[in-house]
Amino acid sequence: MRSLKRAALAACAASAITLAAYTPAVAQEAEVIHWWTSGGESAALQEFVSRFEAAGGTWVDTAIAGGTNARTAGINRIVGGDAPTAMQFNTGRQFEEVAAGGLLNDIEAVASRGGWRDLIPASFVDAISYDGEIYAVPVNIHGQNWMFYNNAVLEEAGVAPPQTWEDVLAAAEKIEAAGKIPFAQGGEPWQERTLFNAVLAGHGGPELYDRLYAQNDVAALDTEEFRAVADVFGRLRAIVDEGSPGRSWNETTNLVVTGRAAMQLMGDWAKGEFLAAGQTPGEEYGCALVGANEALIIGGDVFVFPATDDEAQRAAQEMLAEVMFSPEAQIAFNNVKGSIPVRSDVDVSGMDACAQRGAEVMSDPAKQVPQVNLVASSDLVGAVDDVITQYWNDPSMDADAFVARFREAMEIAG
Amino acid sequence: MHTMLTKERERLPVRVDVATPAGSARRARRRIRPSTLFALAPMAVVVGVVYLGAMAWTVRLSTTSSKLLPTYDFVGLDQYERLFANARFLVSLQNMVVFGVLFIAACLVLGFLLAVLIDQRVKAEGLLRTIYLYPHALSFIVTGLAWQWFLNPELGLQRAVREAGFESFAFAWLADGETALYALVLAGVWQSSGLVMVILLAGLRGVDPDLWKAARVDGIPAWRYYLSIVLPLIGPMIVTATVLLAIAVVKLYDLVVAMTKGGPGIATEVPAKFVMDHLFERANVGLGTAAATVMLVTVLAVLTPWLYARYGSTSGRPA
Repeated sequence: MRSLKRAALAACAASAITLAAYTPAVAQEAEVIHWWTSGGESAALQEFVSRFEAAGGTWVDTAIAGGTNARTAGINRIVGGDAPTAMQFNTGRQFEEVAAGGLLNDIEAVASRGGWRDLIPASFVDAISYDGEIYAVPVNIHGQNWMFYNNAVLEEAGVAPPQTWEDVLAAAEKIEAAGKIPFAQGGEPWQERTLFNAVLAGHGGPELYDRLYAQNDVAALDTEEFRAVADVFGRLRAIVDEGSPGRSWNETTNLVVTGRAAMQLMGDWAKGEFLAAGQTPGEEYGCALVGANEALIIGGDVFVFPATDDEAQRAAQEMLAEVMFSPEAQIAFNNVKGSIPVRSDVDVSGMDACAQRGAEVMSDPAKQVPQVNLVASSDLVGAVDDVITQYWNDPSMDADAFVARFREAMEIAG
Repeated sequence: MHTMLTKERERLPVRVDVATPAGSARRARRRIRPSTLFALAPMAVVVGVVYLGAMAWTVRLSTTSSKLLPTYDFVGLDQYERLFANARFLVSLQNMVVFGVLFIAACLVLGFLLAVLIDQRVKAEGLLRTIYLYPHALSFIVTGLAWQWFLNPELGLQRAVREAGFESFAFAWLADGETALYALVLAGVWQSSGLVMVILLAGLRGVDPDLWKAARVDGIPAWRYYLSIVLPLIGPMIVTATVLLAIAVVKLYDLVVAMTKGGPGIATEVPAKFVMDHLFERANVGLGTAAATVMLVTVLAVLTPWLYARYGSTSGRPA
């Protein structure tokens, strides 16, 4: 009995000490909501954490698995009056409404002091601005339309790495004859959208892509180019294995890594899977931008800063923005994350072959295509997703029906 | 006469909630004490504010043009017009009905057969009961993932059988839009029929063993005994199991997310997933709440006749 009482006392004392340790108001304490929970992602995030703490801040980490979950939790906390210091969004219009509601602090002061507008791609400047002022710090550029291929499988089938989508379709026959899966595709709506947009940008061109998603120009659907895109996308349905439906992207990448499949179209985060298997770009596997236009679809992550009157929080927010955008943090973070630094004034020569190729394409603004979320509303992206996934999974649906449904989706949700 | 009496005795504790004439007379005489009201008040407040309040708010939002954040304009039935022009939502509703009928029927039949089997005083009854109930201890997410691997044509059963030498073996339900929904039913039944078994077994244990002896004496075959005598006796248990299963059908979300993500295409979409996708991922609160309202109306349409039959009529016991 007495020992129980002593244990209870000890527990009280311990919690009192813990509480005491928490209460001193650290001037630069920053709570950050993000969804980087996988091994590679959290290792990348540590590059920000260590630099922020070295600059005198205290990082309070709130990691929530899954982008949707993390954003929902963050928005709920902002609306509910318990806002974090910073929270993650994807580069794009996801946080537009939150900014419009006056729930975010702008970081215009930091951005103009650092000359951000001259350093980052124009589409990104638009994506992080609201009403002419910068509200978010962009941290990386992810290329979304890389074709990864297994060199050994391509050689065995006697085909060269594909340059165009017609090449992909032609190579498929030979690869299939060699007993391999020609094209590995994960059958989830977002992966099907990624593939469709890659065909749209590569085969249809950046201009068509822009008309469709950024300008909401329904007439773009009547062009011959769009017809050709719908046609190529439809023909790709035949070169996919039957294990595709519901398969996650990393399981799919693994088919290419292990040589059971020849090609996969995925964002540059797939490099992590090859890396984990000890493979190097340019040796065991290669990466290419398929299509005559060499377009690179770019997206990324940003952090926004919920509105607060607290001076200390305001200071912490500005410090976070400065640290995340600093050249050293950009290189260190993106090296681990597998993406490209968001600022053009850093040296990328130490990065891998695919990242260097990406940075090279990035130097030509005409070849940059913003990811759909940067230019189109979530509602439109979702409505188009439904159409793409129906077309992709229903072999009896023809290009005409696809165009008609696409038109409906744009008219309703555009 | 003896069996009649035991039957009556058996029935009473089982059907405590049935308003027998004697029961309703007793109830009319009983006055509600203040302490009873006091004890019920917190629950009443929770139901009133949280449940009904949230429902009313949802219905209100479905008449607005809300996107990411709620707004309080009024657009009439625009969201419903868009909803019922949406191919995916219509497929979702249809899937819920098909899944619901197959899932509930299969669970009841299988659960009943398992319960009868275990009721035969088999050896190791405790072990068998645990094994059959075990799937229900797993979450739908785990169930869905396990079945997804098992049914995946490139990883699971089909590949294993082909590697064993049967090259032409084909079992790719998940890969085909026509059959993927049945794969969901399969996984759902695997998970839930154990629960039905336990509920019905409890019912079977309440059936007087003398009935069985009497049936043997009269030379009634076993199947006839179970069908004509036992089934009516455990009716309330079957209703309970059906209601539990029906709730699982309307709530169906995690199994779909884990197993098919609504695919291939939109072949296995369900209303709850439509609501979740639109509320969160697609930042379309208006359309999402409209779909939620349609789900609510569907549930009410099914429940109201049942509630009416059960509690509405004072004349006595329902069928």
